[in-house]
Amino acid sequence: MLVLGKYRLPGMSSLLLWALLWEIVGRSGLTFFVPPFSEVCVTLFNVIGTPAFVKALQETAVAFFAGVFFAIVIGIPVGILMGKSRLLDELLLPWVNMFLSAPLTALVPVLMVLFGFGMQAIIITTTLFAIWIIILNARAGVMQINRSLVEMARSFGATPMDAFVKIYFWAALPEILGGVRIGVIRAVKGVIIGQLLISIVGFGALFELYSANFLMAHFWAVLLVLFAMAFAVSELLAALERRVAYYAASR
Amino acid sequence: MVMPQTERAFTPDTVDDAVTVKRITKSYGAVEALKNMTLSFPRGELTSLLGPSGCGKTTLLKIIAGLLEPTSGEVLVNGRAVTGPGPDRAFVFQDFALLPWASVMRNVAFGLELRGVAQSEREAIAEKYIAHVGLKGFERAYPHELSGGMRQRVGLARALSVDADVLLMDEPFSAVDEQTRRKFQEDLLNLVKTENKTFIFVTHSIEEAVYVSDQIAILLPRPSRVSQIIRPQGFRDKDVDNIRRDPEYLDIVDDIWSSLRSYVE
Ligand SMILES: Nc1ncnc2c1ncn2[C@@H]1O[C@H](COP(=O)(O)OP(=O)(O)O)[C@@H](O)[C@H]1O
Ligand SMILES: [Mg+2]
Repeated sequence: MLVLGKYRLPGMSSLLLWALLWEIVGRSGLTFFVPPFSEVCVTLFNVIGTPAFVKALQETAVAFFAGVFFAIVIGIPVGILMGKSRLLDELLLPWVNMFLSAPLTALVPVLMVLFGFGMQAIIITTTLFAIWIIILNARAGVMQINRSLVEMARSFGATPMDAFVKIYFWAALPEILGGVRIGVIRAVKGVIIGQLLISIVGFGALFELYSANFLMAHFWAVLLVLFAMAFAVSELLAALERRVAYYAASR
Repeated sequence: MVMPQTERAFTPDTVDDAVTVKRITKSYGAVEALKNMTLSFPRGELTSLLGPSGCGKTTLLKIIAGLLEPTSGEVLVNGRAVTGPGPDRAFVFQDFALLPWASVMRNVAFGLELRGVAQSEREAIAEKYIAHVGLKGFERAYPHELSGGMRQRVGLARALSVDADVLLMDEPFSAVDEQTRRKFQEDLLNLVKTENKTFIFVTHSIEEAVYVSDQIAILLPRPSRVSQIIRPQGFRDKDVDNIRRDPEYLDIVDDIWSSLRSYVE
């Protein structure tokens, strides 16, 4: 963005404007629900070091990374296999599409009954939020693959495993990374929704604590941290995607 | 009029064939791409498959490569029946089929990589063939940074570096510009002379076929068959610059055109 035609503002400078608006609304005392931004910032720095926060962050990180890990490790091969095999595709595609658009939040209570009120249920919730789009994208990536690359590999004696690892995976990588990026954003949703519904672990417990005690500045501070983390993860993956863009256009 | 070429039937039986295609039939559902085709490819020579598009050239080449199964009939390579792809054959693709995420070096070495050759060894071999096809200095480049002609040189180097007896080339020069194409044709003639390999070369260009071939099999569609086999005799050992002026060359080109013209809409 250029100001007065010559000064280049750093990206997302507009956030400053919104922060200012927040500050004004907060100071006007319109609602106790929105404390001034400056107060939230101060609370943020105080909260970050507290044992409760560190514990919540740890639990969330473990659930998030475990959930994303399973979504990726299961999702990518399943998607690639669906793209390769007509039969598997016919079998699984309706389910994948259904779960992709299903209101998964409604499933969380069922998962709690099945897997208990703990980490396990949250990890599974996270995986369920992330995995479907990862499968669909890997599948789409494989389906657009240039057939003659596969024939080339076969003609030089590639085993099916070689073809999988050296051709299909790489040819589909731009789509796979796109799927992982969206999947990770959905996983952030999954891990928070899971914790909120179960509300005895991680940030769920923290939110419960803060809102029960009307600690609104604390509440917003934690929310800000979560937003920042989700944004950072998504940006990191977008950067990875740009690294394979050079061949995405010329496959 | 004395025919400037001899039919394959009159060449002595002592010719050693690297590849023999016996009564091959291939149907895609109701479409019969090849019907009862029999053809021999003498060792160390370049044989062109020439014919209008849709007459089954690619199909035949892929059956020889072991990439497609014939509906009936068999292919012998060095006397052994083909059941799938093998190290005795290497393919050069019309669309190059390069890995876009891999450097020229890795692309050229890819055939060897799939055969389990250690990295240092395969890169040494690849380096040699990269230089051989005139791409020295481009080892670290990626396919999208190269012109069409250079990409096909990569495809050629990859096929050469696995050192197969038989090189299968499916219209390898059809996607490159005319000047590059002429250079390729000259280089191909040198390759046939120096590399002791059997070349099976698909083209739809009459001039190209006559220019590079020891033997030309003319395929015709509906039903797909070998209509004629031509072996240019006189100009093969001439200088590359003089071939296109040779009377025999011009006669054969005319001859083929008159037998093909009725198949061109
Ligand atoms: N996978 C396929 N499925 C159905 N028909 C095919 C397939 N591949 C080729 N054909 C048909 O077989 C015939 C020969 O094709 P092809 O071998 O590609 O011819 P050429 O290479 O001489 O142009 C054509 O009529 C084509 O339409
Ligand atoms: Mg063809």
